[in-house]
Amino acid sequence: MTAFDETGDGEHCRQPYEIVRRWLAETPRELLALKQKEAELLFRRIGITFAVYAEGGDPERLIPFDIVPRIIGASEWDVLSRGLTQRVTALNAFLYDIYHDRDILRAGHVSEKLILHNESFRAEMQGLDPPQRVYTHVAGIDIVRTDAHNFYVLEDNCRTPSGVSYMLENREAMLRLFPDLMGRHPVAPVSNYPEELRDVLASVAPVNCAGEPNVVLLTPGSFNSAYYEHSFLADEMGLELVEGVDLRVLDNVVYMRTTEGLKRVDVIYRRVDDDYLDPLTFRADSMLGTPGLFNAYRAGNVTLANACGAGIADDKAVYPYVPAMIKFYLGQEPILKNVPTYRCSERDDFGYVIDHLHELVVKETHGSGGYGMLIGPHATTAERAVFAEKLKAHPDAYIAQPTLALSTCPTYVEAGIAPRHVDLRPFVLYGKEVRIVPGGLTRVAMREGSLVVNSSQGGGTKDTWVLER
Amino acid sequence: MLSRAADSLYWLARYLERAENVARIVAVGHRMASMARSLGSGGNEWLSTLIATGCEPGYFQKYAEAEQRTVIDYLVRDPDNPSSILSSIETARRNARTVRTALTMDMWDALNETWLDVRNLKLDLKSSEGLLRFLDWVRERSLLFNGAYASTMLRNDAFYFTRLGTFIERADNTARILDVKYYVLLPQHEGVGGALDYYQWQSILRSVSALRAYHWVYHDRLKPWLIAELLLLRPEMPRSLMACHDQINQYLTLLAESHGGKRGECHRLAGAMHARLRYGRIQDIFQAGLHEFLTDFIDRSIDLGRQISSFYLA
Repeated sequence: MTAFDETGDGEHCRQPYEIVRRWLAETPRELLALKQKEAELLFRRIGITFAVYAEGGDPERLIPFDIVPRIIGASEWDVLSRGLTQRVTALNAFLYDIYHDRDILRAGHVSEKLILHNESFRAEMQGLDPPQRVYTHVAGIDIVRTDAHNFYVLEDNCRTPSGVSYMLENREAMLRLFPDLMGRHPVAPVSNYPEELRDVLASVAPVNCAGEPNVVLLTPGSFNSAYYEHSFLADEMGLELVEGVDLRVLDNVVYMRTTEGLKRVDVIYRRVDDDYLDPLTFRADSMLGTPGLFNAYRAGNVTLANACGAGIADDKAVYPYVPAMIKFYLGQEPILKNVPTYRCSERDDFGYVIDHLHELVVKETHGSGGYGMLIGPHATTAERAVFAEKLKAHPDAYIAQPTLALSTCPTYVEAGIAPRHVDLRPFVLYGKEVRIVPGGLTRVAMREGSLVVNSSQGGGTKDTWVLER
Repeated sequence: MLSRAADSLYWLARYLERAENVARIVAVGHRMASMARSLGSGGNEWLSTLIATGCEPGYFQKYAEAEQRTVIDYLVRDPDNPSSILSSIETARRNARTVRTALTMDMWDALNETWLDVRNLKLDLKSSEGLLRFLDWVRERSLLFNGAYASTMLRNDAFYFTRLGTFIERADNTARILDVKYYVLLPQHEGVGGALDYYQWQSILRSVSALRAYHWVYHDRLKPWLIAELLLLRPEMPRSLMACHDQINQYLTLLAESHGGKRGECHRLAGAMHARLRYGRIQDIFQAGLHEFLTDFIDRSIDLGRQISSFYLA
């Protein structure tokens, strides 16, 4: 399987990558090595770290940063951004529908069992009207490309997607390391993301909020793997970074404890999962949550962003129906493709998957972070046999997709510059309307041939340049 | 601001100040011990150092004798000692991380680099050079952090709480450093006013960077009551109890103003301590006993810290 290299076929360079080609050609290797080292020091100093659970070792680990940028041409971005807007609009229409009249179920496009018996479905959300009817104020849509013309959506992240701090810090790092390089090219800026996000959060303040809304960012705390990102975003937006213990609910109104006493909170950009938000409504053993928060939400006294229950839209078993949602709610053809997906709960699909394990990627429907998945072509016969047993025991818990040849980008590795597989996570904001800051997080599998880009599995990141012309 | 954030800033500043002060106290101990040795009369300098830091109960759970090597180890890097220099830096950094949004970039840089350096440190405590170099470094890092926050933080509640942490800890430590002298026994043949006595007083001044200040202020030979006056009552001496309490009072007043004039027990207590220093006379203090005065002051400092916590930070 030969992958599409974004720079071109070696003979001639694709136009957007002309910048990178020239830069790599004129920069001595020793200088690159030096800059790569400098980048690492920079990240360590700022404290941009990422904790990996259940691994032992350094709790403040660095995600490798690659100094070679990934380039997206203006016309390519145009397609992407229209496709993302369309997709996120449809996902929100779907969420509103599912928690209200369920037209799409009654029309028979999606099976009722798949939705109503899904553990990501939150019956508590039935009939609740979030401000502006928005559920996914921030969505991270994972995109891969397989050739010059095709972008596929690999998965949608509608709950608490992370990684945007890397989009911003990677750019800052590039500006610091190569100040002249960026000045020479029309690269769209990303540094306005925090402002855009703050606007979105303020625009979804509850109706009951009088005056300037008090927006806060709720974090599980400094032991959370994405804590750096939480503190970074709060800082960039000028919002208080609160933990569950800082909040208190009285008569369905949320307050934060300050040195001046209680202060009312109107919008919570929460980076805590549904399960842990409120021990009275969700998991009773949650130490991270605030009792009574959900009732305050239902009473319309506070907005949660993203909304509770948004996970039903990014469930891997629901994913195959997103193109149908786009047609059903918007009456449009999907601009971005879905990867063909086999649902192991269906008999025919299941048979096919068992017979073709060696060429498929099998994922848990509720898994994330690259855990618990099988990459058929890279697995041994024994590994596939073990996985087949798991599959037979719980077919409902799995989907399978053909192994895509993820595109590659030039990457700085020990041996020099070499192609490595990448994906892309742009961040889609949704308040009064959809807004996308041109860029995203490019994740790169640092190991040769590897298709796993997850940072929890040793993936790295790159700065992503969207060209303005 | 969030009570939890204020609490973290307050403790962050206290622990970093503590790291610096423990470094200063260990340096005094080291100096006194070497002088005693060179004058051929080794004494209990390390025991007095332990007592001054308030670490002796924990130490004697671990060791039977106050020996140089183990005392230094316990005060500098023992993770079992929450007030050891390395523990204090660790705690300060942990507090900083939970309130990163309340820190300026320069504050974070100063503290995080300190912490990163400590992690990669090959600490050599066996040689005096290694020890003293490390103690100097700790003092520099703390000065850097103090400079960073003094020149970059917004002047609001966050700054006031950080200041309170710094000055409550500093006043407490100056009192403790001065008290070291009480515990160091002069050998029988060495009388008060002898060479060893003189060098001990000199070390105390050095440890709070006040030897030159003493000469500028008094133009006189080192005299115990003047040294005590400098470190207790002189407002122009930046580490004196008086100077610290000027600041504490000022920031508690600013806090009360930004909280709609609300005052509590901490304001009363701080006011009383301030008045006592402001109108106290060194001859009266010596009459009643310097050590007794210092012990009482340290107790009141602890109480003041508690009252600030329960009024603002709970």
